[in-house]
Amino acid sequence: MLLLLGIYGVIAKKNLVKIVIGLFIIEYAVNLMLILVGYRTGGSAPIVTSVENAAVQAASFVDPIPQALIVTSIVIGLGTTALVIALCLRLYEKYGTFDILQIRRLKG
Amino acid sequence: MNSEHLLPLLVAVPLGAGFVIPLIGFIREKAADVVAVVASACLVVIAVARMSSGDVVYAVGGWNPPFGINLYGDKLTVFFHLIIAIVSFLIIIYSVSYMERFTSRVKYYTLLMLMIAGMNGVVATGDIFNMFVFLEIAAISSYGLVAFGIEHEELEASFKYLVLGSVASSFILFGIALLYSVTGTLNIAHAASLFRGASSGAMQKFIAALFICGFGLKAALVPFHAWLPDAHPSAPAPISAMLSGLLIKALGVYCIIRIFFTIFGFEFAYSTVFVNLGLISMVGGALLAIGQNDFKRMLAYSSISQIGYIVFAIGLGTPLGILGGLFHLLNHAVFKALLFLCSGAVEYATGTRDLRQLGGLWKKMPVTAVTCSIASFSISGIPPLGGFFSKLIIIIAAVKAYDVLGPVAYVYAGIAVLVSFLTLVYFVKLQKMVLFGQLPEKLAAVGEVPVPMWSVLVVLAVLCIAFGVAAPWFIRVLVEPARTALVDNAAYISNVLGYLR
Repeated sequence: MLLLLGIYGVIAKKNLVKIVIGLFIIEYAVNLMLILVGYRTGGSAPIVTSVENAAVQAASFVDPIPQALIVTSIVIGLGTTALVIALCLRLYEKYGTFDILQIRRLKG
Repeated sequence: MNSEHLLPLLVAVPLGAGFVIPLIGFIREKAADVVAVVASACLVVIAVARMSSGDVVYAVGGWNPPFGINLYGDKLTVFFHLIIAIVSFLIIIYSVSYMERFTSRVKYYTLLMLMIAGMNGVVATGDIFNMFVFLEIAAISSYGLVAFGIEHEELEASFKYLVLGSVASSFILFGIALLYSVTGTLNIAHAASLFRGASSGAMQKFIAALFICGFGLKAALVPFHAWLPDAHPSAPAPISAMLSGLLIKALGVYCIIRIFFTIFGFEFAYSTVFVNLGLISMVGGALLAIGQNDFKRMLAYSSISQIGYIVFAIGLGTPLGILGGLFHLLNHAVFKALLFLCSGAVEYATGTRDLRQLGGLWKKMPVTAVTCSIASFSISGIPPLGGFFSKLIIIIAAVKAYDVLGPVAYVYAGIAVLVSFLTLVYFVKLQKMVLFGQLPEKLAAVGEVPVPMWSVLVVLAVLCIAFGVAAPWFIRVLVEPARTALVDNAAYISNVLGYLR
């Protein structure tokens, strides 16, 4: 649902900033999806606290790999965010507006 | 040095250069040129050295697959690495002169190096999430490079490219998440071994659809192509050449074939999707290209059309089709890079890309004119140049696919011939408006571009001719082994997971 909302935001909105927010919603939706992939009911954080019963603990862990993936994807998202906001600022400097209907010199 | 250690170097060298360049750039801006040229020359040497080596698996950090991330090098990756290394080396030499009129060359080379590192990484990796990370490295640096001119058009194109690119990346990540939930692994070979023999369920189809959308956007296939004709012309000419010649292939086509051939195993349903996407791209790109009056915009639409050829041929799934597709990919990397660099040379000399304001340049810029003609002839499929042979193979493959597809194969072949003709039409238009005809008065003073620039054009033109004249040799040495490696996913699995036994 969140994914669809984000795609709607990117497609339908006319304001640059709102499009950017739509992008983030898509990204968060995917991250949430990744969390769900690793989720297990009543699971605990995947940290071994005692060596003796590590095997017992491991049986109740949530899957740690998706969590590692999410950290990576959040970092990538941060890079993209910084770049897209910088672009928005430059676009605002050049065009004096955030309205995409007025930012359309390219065509064809 | 052991050949297995050459593989990570292909990523490490440009990545390292990307960090060294800004540091050195503080001291002397000129030194950035030197570092970039040296680093890319190293890449060419490494890529050539890997030609003779066999399949290698490199476990990063000593963690064996499927638990750790591994890099994998077979003949297909050799093929892609060679294309990337040689074309990017020539483009960097070209940039040394071309970028003189831009400020902050240091940042340009940094981004360019990161982009090369990303592309090499995508090709080398054996882990699907790692592939996503490298893909983002290459993609984010390319967003920056498209916006490099920071004028109205560049920013707008870059924004459009970034939004569509991020959506594509999200789709790919979503697909990866689902793939992980189905297989419980991120290792390509391990996932492939789990999918082997298993009939494809609805979930696999859904994952495949997500990947087709995501990588199709990166490869600019027609329903997803909207960003390309804006982004490619807006970037500086060497970057257009990088994007068109390399990026859409490494990020789009390579990922598609690696995922669909190696992980999922090729099936008829996927074949139909690819063939149809390819056909739409071929026809749509060619028709839109005819109407363009901007030099680089026409080339950008032409790229869509040629990528259509490649995906169509590979999508046929027959051995001959895959061979033709890969050979066309090789040719396209060379002649499209050459054409974009020619457009850069014309822009450098005259200050405009508008076809209507150009004309009669063959007297003023003979080298550019000759090389541009060679590239145009090659892309339009005029013998004995490279483009003729790859298109011929593709068309023969389409006709021969009659056994698999039935009479519709003849229709496909007919469309491929028709698009080849359309390509000729728009390149004749290009030739006529740029090189021949009346020389406008205000262009009377233009001259040939500097030596480093035209020498690169000459080298690429020689390559174009060589791919045509020595086509059988190139196919035997480069394309054929790549094809074999691509089709044989059992070898891929046993090479990587052989570590376990």
